[in-house]
Amino acid sequence: MAADNDTISGYTAAFEGFEASLNGGARSPLHARRREAIAHLQEHGLPTARFEAWRHTNPAPLANGCFPPVVTAGKLSAEAIQPFVVSGIDGPLLVFADGQFVPGLSRVGDLPDGVQVHSLSAADSETAAIITANLAALALGAEHGFAALNTAFVRDGAVVTIHAGCTMDVPVQILHVSTGQAGLTTPRTLVVAAAGSRASVVETFASTTAGAGVLTSSVAEIVVGAGAVVEHARIHLHGADSLHAGTMHVTEEQDARFTAHTFCLAGRILREDVHTVLRGEHIESTLNGLSLPLGDDHVDNYTTIEHVAPDCSSHELYKGVVGGRAHNVFRGKIHVHQAAQRTDAYQSNQNLLMSDDAEINSKPQLEIYADDVKCSHGSTTGQLDPDALFYLQARGVGLQQARGVLTRAFAGELVDRLQHEGLRTHVERLVSARLDAVLADQGGAR
Amino acid sequence: MLKITNLHATVDGTEILKGINLEVAPGEIHAIMGPNGSGKSTLAQVLAGHDAFTVTEGSVRYENEDLLDMAPEDRARKGVFLAFQYPVEIPGVNSAYFLRTGLNEVRKARGEEEIDAYDFLALIREKMALVEMDESFLKRSVNEGFSGGEKKRHEVLQMAVLEPRLAILDETDSGLDIDALRVVAHGVNQLHTPQNSAIVVTHYQRLLEYIVPDFVHVLMDGRIVRSGGKELALQLEDKGYDWIREETAAAAAATQPAGA
Ligand SMILES: Nc1ncnc2c1ncn2[C@@H]1O[C@H](COP(=O)(O)OP(=O)(O)OP(=O)(O)O)[C@@H](O)[C@H]1O
Ligand SMILES: [Mg+2]
Repeated sequence: MAADNDTISGYTAAFEGFEASLNGGARSPLHARRREAIAHLQEHGLPTARFEAWRHTNPAPLANGCFPPVVTAGKLSAEAIQPFVVSGIDGPLLVFADGQFVPGLSRVGDLPDGVQVHSLSAADSETAAIITANLAALALGAEHGFAALNTAFVRDGAVVTIHAGCTMDVPVQILHVSTGQAGLTTPRTLVVAAAGSRASVVETFASTTAGAGVLTSSVAEIVVGAGAVVEHARIHLHGADSLHAGTMHVTEEQDARFTAHTFCLAGRILREDVHTVLRGEHIESTLNGLSLPLGDDHVDNYTTIEHVAPDCSSHELYKGVVGGRAHNVFRGKIHVHQAAQRTDAYQSNQNLLMSDDAEINSKPQLEIYADDVKCSHGSTTGQLDPDALFYLQARGVGLQQARGVLTRAFAGELVDRLQHEGLRTHVERLVSARLDAVLADQGGAR
Repeated sequence: MLKITNLHATVDGTEILKGINLEVAPGEIHAIMGPNGSGKSTLAQVLAGHDAFTVTEGSVRYENEDLLDMAPEDRARKGVFLAFQYPVEIPGVNSAYFLRTGLNEVRKARGEEEIDAYDFLALIREKMALVEMDESFLKRSVNEGFSGGEKKRHEVLQMAVLEPRLAILDETDSGLDIDALRVVAHGVNQLHTPQNSAIVVTHYQRLLEYIVPDFVHVLMDGRIVRSGGKELALQLEDKGYDWIREETAAAAAATQPAGA
């Protein structure tokens, strides 16, 4: 089955070396998961260009050849991570360098009752039980092997648990930083929000270098209990030459409110799979995404929303501002199971092409097996509205600035959807800086 | 202040303006009337610099400079203002930001400092009171969901904020109720000084009771075929355009060589 046997044997050998280095750790429940994962990888392999799910993204740069797992984390300073930390939020901050926890740069501080924030490696016994019950419970059935690759080599990760009815107002910050060491890093996040709890988590993927030869294979698993309200933001600020294949798996129970935000701001190839399952009734689930590729960047957001139970609604809005020769891909699948009557699902994908060489692919995919549903989708692609540009010019605003005003407004809709003000300001700054670069990238020959 | 000489303009290869001549001196108000599709908005848009129109012949001097040579934003910065017949919706850009961004560009061009948030608020409150607009509009996306009349008031608000030297109003009175008409006219008159001029495109004599023009011009088929004082507007209201059309045709026939 494996597409490229050399790649898989490379990973198998790396796994054996990893296992040998673990000594006693090899008997832990976590390691049992790793073994399942490497077996899964050996059986199913990594995606090839023949995979329907990789139609518009050539997996070869990510999947052909073994990226040796990074064993020793590089050095990271407080100054180096400062641009990636949301200023003015004094909540918990977990910092990982090349996939490994950095206690010296992290802080947990005083947490509200019922809230726990740990690194996987330093979990207490209660959290360890939650990890055992939940880790990889969702991700292993993934449509492709990258979730298994992550699980097989996971060294550490972030675990956020909130007890029933408890609230964590301030976003928990998780920072995955690559120090530029070539090879595979495997960031991992688990959020378990029990019934009636509230939580907000922001994950930032960043790099202190351009990161040539860096492959980040990340997995986030999020369990949203009945009536829980969870907001999750992912900010991709990878090195300009870095590769990323990420999966996020979410399960939502009755009356849950879940909102995800995905900001794809930098990285050479960025593939992000989001899969959420609405298992109970009256759930409201929202997926937001903003992609700003430029140069030769390639971004692929591959989303699946599964309506299993009746009377839920889902909203999905993904936008792209695409510069240079960049390529932005969106796949939005809405799967309405037969029992999911009165589903209300809305999906929209909107792209602005800022150069003649920019390219997009947009594919809505509705699979509806219930008869009483409201499902709609829309996709638009175009340039900035020339009449709006002229209107601004007629009020004294220069053409370049007018282009900036309109693209910021276009992208701003997704920034505005962030609930937390400090986080919103932080993302606004990142998006604005990136948009300047996208606007300046008119494409053309290399 | 403004001198238009033999202006010809095309859109997609079709000639719309066929030799416009018009001179506006400081302090003057000119009304332009004419049937639908005669080229009034085209003239206004060409003066503002819309690139959908190609000027094929003629010239426009504004304060002794070549207006046609300037980018649209430079025209605005130098005091040319167009109130759009169909104001454009800009989702995601709120009115306050839009007004302030434009104002700051115009101020910079005048050698003034950018206005700070506090002073801007004071200014905008004063101007909104002038056009009787509620402050809640400041937070709304530009023109999005505005009623027809609200869009027109919003145009006048922009004019009041930018304080142009030459205001071109393209049917700013269309779709307004009587009260709004008075408000809009008041906004225009407030701005009117011995230095500032206006070109008012309208279909209705009614507006000209509030904004009293020095000259009225009739634009027909891309040309100004008649000019007169404000009484011309009354005549048009009374008799329509056919008599002018006939007289113009007769005059054209008379200049044809015999037997042609
Ligand atoms: N983009 C365009 N493409 C083709 N024809 C156009 C375009 N813009 C304007 N025209 C034509 O030019 C002519 C003049 O239009 P214009 O808008 O200037 O008329 P107007 O005098 O302002 O009319 P109204 O009183 O109805 O506002 C019309 O016949 C119109 O259809
Ligand atoms: Mg018109």
